[in-house]
Amino acid sequence: MCIRPADWLVLAVAVVTFAAGGPASAQNYPATYDFGAPAPAADIAAVDIAIPSDGAGLPPGRGDAAAGARVYASACAACHGDKLQGVAGLPDMPSGPALRLIGGRGTLASPNPVLTVESYWPYATTLFDYVRRAMPFTAPGSLSNDEVYAVTAYILAEAKIITPATVLDAQTLPKVQMPNRDGFIPDPRPEHFK
Amino acid sequence: MTEPSADRTDARALAIEQALARLGEPVSEAQARALAAQEDCDCKEGMFALAPSRRQLFGRGLVAAVGMTALLPRSGEAKAPPGAVEYPVPADPTKEPGRVMGIDGGYGTRSQFETEVRWASPTRTASFTPMQEGYGIITPSGLHYERHHGGIPTIDPSHHRLIIHGMVERPMKYSLADLKRFPTVSRTYFLECSGTTGSEIMKAREPTVQRTHGLVSTSEWTGVPLSTLLKQAGLKPGAAWVLAEGADAAVMTRSVPIDKCLSDALIVFAQNGEAIRPEQGYPMRLFLPGWEGNISIKWLRRLEVSDQPFYTREETSKYTDLITTTGKARIFTFSMEAKSVITFPSGEMKLPGAGFYEITGLAWSGRGKIARVEISTDGGKTFNLASLQDPVLPICQTRFRFPWVWNGAPAVIQSRATDETGYAQPTHAQLIAERGPLESGPLFYHMNAIQSWAIAADGSVKNVHPPG
Repeated sequence: MCIRPADWLVLAVAVVTFAAGGPASAQNYPATYDFGAPAPAADIAAVDIAIPSDGAGLPPGRGDAAAGARVYASACAACHGDKLQGVAGLPDMPSGPALRLIGGRGTLASPNPVLTVESYWPYATTLFDYVRRAMPFTAPGSLSNDEVYAVTAYILAEAKIITPATVLDAQTLPKVQMPNRDGFIPDPRPEHFK
Repeated sequence: MTEPSADRTDARALAIEQALARLGEPVSEAQARALAAQEDCDCKEGMFALAPSRRQLFGRGLVAAVGMTALLPRSGEAKAPPGAVEYPVPADPTKEPGRVMGIDGGYGTRSQFETEVRWASPTRTASFTPMQEGYGIITPSGLHYERHHGGIPTIDPSHHRLIIHGMVERPMKYSLADLKRFPTVSRTYFLECSGTTGSEIMKAREPTVQRTHGLVSTSEWTGVPLSTLLKQAGLKPGAAWVLAEGADAAVMTRSVPIDKCLSDALIVFAQNGEAIRPEQGYPMRLFLPGWEGNISIKWLRRLEVSDQPFYTREETSKYTDLITTTGKARIFTFSMEAKSVITFPSGEMKLPGAGFYEITGLAWSGRGKIARVEISTDGGKTFNLASLQDPVLPICQTRFRFPWVWNGAPAVIQSRATDETGYAQPTHAQLIAERGPLESGPLFYHMNAIQSWAIAADGSVKNVHPPG
């Protein structure tokens, strides 16, 4: 292939232009930036509260259903009800059935499924995580770790997922087998409609 | 084991009871007034009722003041709708000087004659954009839909930090000022709640397009690509998921696959040219284009890189899609698929008579650009192409228009969107065939069926399910 002098000129200009960079070309941006600061371990520890399903990061502490019943009565029953069935008609709150915590096993394959901790939640660690971070609704984050373990044990015992004597802690909680553990499937969408 | 003392639990029970009582009092009163205002709703008079009465203005103002009745405007401003200031109306505005600049304090308000507001659900966990009164594709920031899981926190940006940690080489901490120093991008994207329209799957329930479809809005969002920040922190081998966590009372959390974080994910601090609104996550939020709204965590305080998802409450017990024929639930259903709705004419409007109308509405897809929108005026028997208003942007609402001469006979109008992947908006029957019927229980998430509006001989427009 023969390259004429004029082509060389075009090529050279292109190379020079590329090397020098246009007004917004990528090579004018640095690869790294020195904004922000290293996060101190204490800052991380203050917010590092998420508990994955293997229980990594569960805090010290323990609780059983008997202790949990007392926590529940004072911190939970106002919205979730004495029988864990949810309270209807609360202002600014989901409807009663949405506040229900137990029951509903065997209803998922029906047009009227009842979704509760007992019937639907795949991991007990999620219950601990959510209660600790967001409950009770009007005073989130106010329960001690012992209280969260205890009320988790109470709900799971009322749901007959653990025995009333079970003590929950960082070792036992991740081992709890939830009834709907295998009830979830990957997203198959986009769907191909008939 | 430390057991809670009786004193402590009694005190807490009392505090919770008192808090619930405080929630109840103003809301029940405000709800009653809002309901009274809705009964007088001028929308029933159709789009041609252009001169709302003082009574209507006052009623609409109350709707938006729900939950804060103690903070109603002073008597001199009581007539102004939310977002407006009431000024005297001169008999002839050409015969006296207008207001001088600056008396608004330097931040403008809308006309005192404009009354559209968000509609808050009875549970006060979501509010809906008045799509029937919108124009173009941008949603005004003050009308952007809301979905909160623990209310709207008030956050002083000078105290707010975003921490990135977990499976990274260099755990980092950023202030809002730090974030703003990075190279930024601006993109116009829709955001949609995965529960939008879900209650409509089995039958037509809600009266207006605001209430059937109003949990979708579009803004121009400005922020820093999350990939930039993750590159600063340095991902360790095996990094596969990122937990995003908010600084609200729900301390809302979702797990995000690392691929999304490294592609088009943004940390956003601006909306429509100004700081994002508190209800949209001020001072900073995650934004995951095309994905269900709840995963774009607002008030973002923490990103934890991990090798596994966390199975948080909001990605297991909620925002999973139960298939009621099998009892299995789809998990991590992120994309919002192609959807459209006619916003004029729509539910509770009333056409004044036979003649020409421009049918218009919005179409969007989380998987790219809208390729076409088709309109049916005979209940889905035949469809014809609508024109698409430029710009047609990926993962953005697109305005469509269709000229129509109504002959005065009853008609059912529909829109059907197809996106650039070739995916076409399904019918209710097709969705139910795929996922099973759902009479009660959870929401039918990702409900994007073709919407039908029935126009009666008297011109009144009603939400219906498709005929046949």
